[in-house]
Amino acid sequence: MSSPRRKFKDRFASRLVQVGFLVVVLLLWYLATTRWGVNKLLLPNPLNVWDQLADVIRKGEYLNDLRITLTELAVAFVISTVSGTLLGYAISRSPYLIKVFEPLFAGIYSIPIILFLPLYVLFFGLGPASKIALGTTISFFPVVLSTIAGFGNVDKVLVTAARSMGASDYQLFRFVLVPAALPVILSGLRMGFTVALLSVIGSETIASLAGLGHRIVNLAENMDMARMFAYIVFVIAIAASLNTVVSVLEARGRRQR
Amino acid sequence: MSAAVPTHAGIRLQQYLWRHPGIARLGVVLMLFAVWEIAARWFVDPMFLSPPSKVLFAFGDVLATRGVPAALRVTFFELAVAFAIAVVIGLVVGLAVGLSKFGNRSVMPIVLLLYGIPQITILPIFILYFGIGPASKIAFGVTHGMFPIVMAVVAGVQNIKPILMVSARSMGASHWQLLRYVIYPHMIPSFFSGMRLGMTGVLLGVLLAELYVSTAGIGYFTSVFTQNFDPTKLLGLVAILAAMAIVLNEFVRRAEVHFARWRD
Repeated sequence: MSSPRRKFKDRFASRLVQVGFLVVVLLLWYLATTRWGVNKLLLPNPLNVWDQLADVIRKGEYLNDLRITLTELAVAFVISTVSGTLLGYAISRSPYLIKVFEPLFAGIYSIPIILFLPLYVLFFGLGPASKIALGTTISFFPVVLSTIAGFGNVDKVLVTAARSMGASDYQLFRFVLVPAALPVILSGLRMGFTVALLSVIGSETIASLAGLGHRIVNLAENMDMARMFAYIVFVIAIAASLNTVVSVLEARGRRQR
Repeated sequence: MSAAVPTHAGIRLQQYLWRHPGIARLGVVLMLFAVWEIAARWFVDPMFLSPPSKVLFAFGDVLATRGVPAALRVTFFELAVAFAIAVVIGLVVGLAVGLSKFGNRSVMPIVLLLYGIPQITILPIFILYFGIGPASKIAFGVTHGMFPIVMAVVAGVQNIKPILMVSARSMGASHWQLLRYVIYPHMIPSFFSGMRLGMTGVLLGVLLAELYVSTAGIGYFTSVFTQNFDPTKLLGLVAILAAMAIVLNEFVRRAEVHFARWRD
C-alpha cells in the first residue's frame, strides 16, 4: 500500500547519501590542500578550482570548445542513428538476415573499437572528422543491435491480427511495429548517445586540435592544475546534464507511444 | 521440405545458404574484405590505407619491429593485472554491499554516483598521479572494470530467494556454510557475466590510457606508425590487438557459459 511512498523515501535516502559523500570528499580535499600540505601540483585547493570555474564560465572561454565537442557529438549521433535504425529495420524484416547479420554485429561490438582511433587519425587527420568517425562507429552498434532486437521480436499475433483486420503496410508499421519496438530502440539510442559522448571526449583527449577533451589535456600539459580541475568539473556537469536530458526523453518516448 | 527438386547449382547454393546462415555470414565478411582490398589497391592513397593481403603478410614485420613484442607483453601484463585487481575489488565490495542492508543503503548510491562519471575526463589526473608507465594504465583499467563487477555481484546476491537463506539457516547452516552452499552457487552466473563486462571495461580503460600516452606499451607504436604514415604496420598491430581482445573476451564468455550451466 505504501509502496510508492516507500520508494520515494528510498530514493530520497540514496540522494542524501550521495550528497553526504560529495560533502565529505570536498571536505577531505580541502583539508588535504590546506592542512596536510599535499602538493598543489597534484591537488589544487578546491576554493581555487571554484574561482577558476567561475572565471571560465564568466569569460565564456569554454564556448568554442563546447561548440566543437557538441557538433562532433551531434553529427556522430545523427549518422549512427539514421544508418543504425534503417539498416536494423531492413535486417529485421527477415529472420534469415537476422541470423546472418546479428552475430556479425555483436561480434564486432565486442572488440574495443577505441583501437580504430589511430587508424581514423591516419585517415581523417587530427580534426573533428576522426572524432565523428569514432563516435559514429562506437554508437552504431548499440543502435543497430537494439533496432534488430526491437523490430525482430514483435509478437507475431499482433502482426497477424492487424493484417487480418486489413491494415496497410504503412498502418502496420506505424501502429503495430513501431509502438512494439520503440522501448528497445529507445534504450539502444540512449546507450548509443552515452558511448558517442564518451568516445568523442575520449578521442579529443587522445589526439586532437580542439574541443573540451583537448582543453583538459592542454591544461594538464601546462600544469595549470586548478583550471584543469575546473574544466573537468565543467565537462562532468555537461555530460551528466546531457545524459539526464536523454534519459528523460527516453522515458517520455516510452510513455507517448 | 521444399517440393521443387533443385535443378541447377544456383538453386542448390541458395538452399545451402538458407540452411547455413553462418556460411552466408562468412561470405559477407569476405565481401567486405574484398571491397577493402579493391579500394586500397586501386582507389586510395597507399599512404593511408593498405590492402588486407599486404597487412596479412606484414604480421611478421610488425612482430619483428624492435620493441613491439615487448610492448605487446607490457600491454598484456597491464590487462591481466588490472583485470585481477578489478575482480578482487569488485567481488569484495559487491559481497559487502549485497549481503548487508546497511551496506546496500549506504554504499550503493555512492557506487552509482561514481559509475556515472565519464572517467575519460580524469585520465590526465591518472597520468599525473601514477606516471606514464604501466601503473597509470593498470589504475585506469581497474576503475573501468570494477564497477560492472560490483553491480553484477550485488545483483546476483540480492536475487537469491530469501526462502533458501531462511531454510538453510533453520537447518542450522553456519555463516560459512551459507556462503559456500547457498550464496556462492547462486552468485556464480551473475559474477561471471559481471566479469565479462569487467573485461570489456578493463580493455577500454587500458587501451585508452595506452593511446593517450605511452612509453613502452602498444600506444607508443600506434602513434609511431601513424606519424610515419605506415598503414600496413598500423593495421597489423591493430589486428593483433583486436585478436587479443577477442581471445580475452571469448575466454571470459566461455567461462560464463560454463559456470551458468547448473541453472538449466
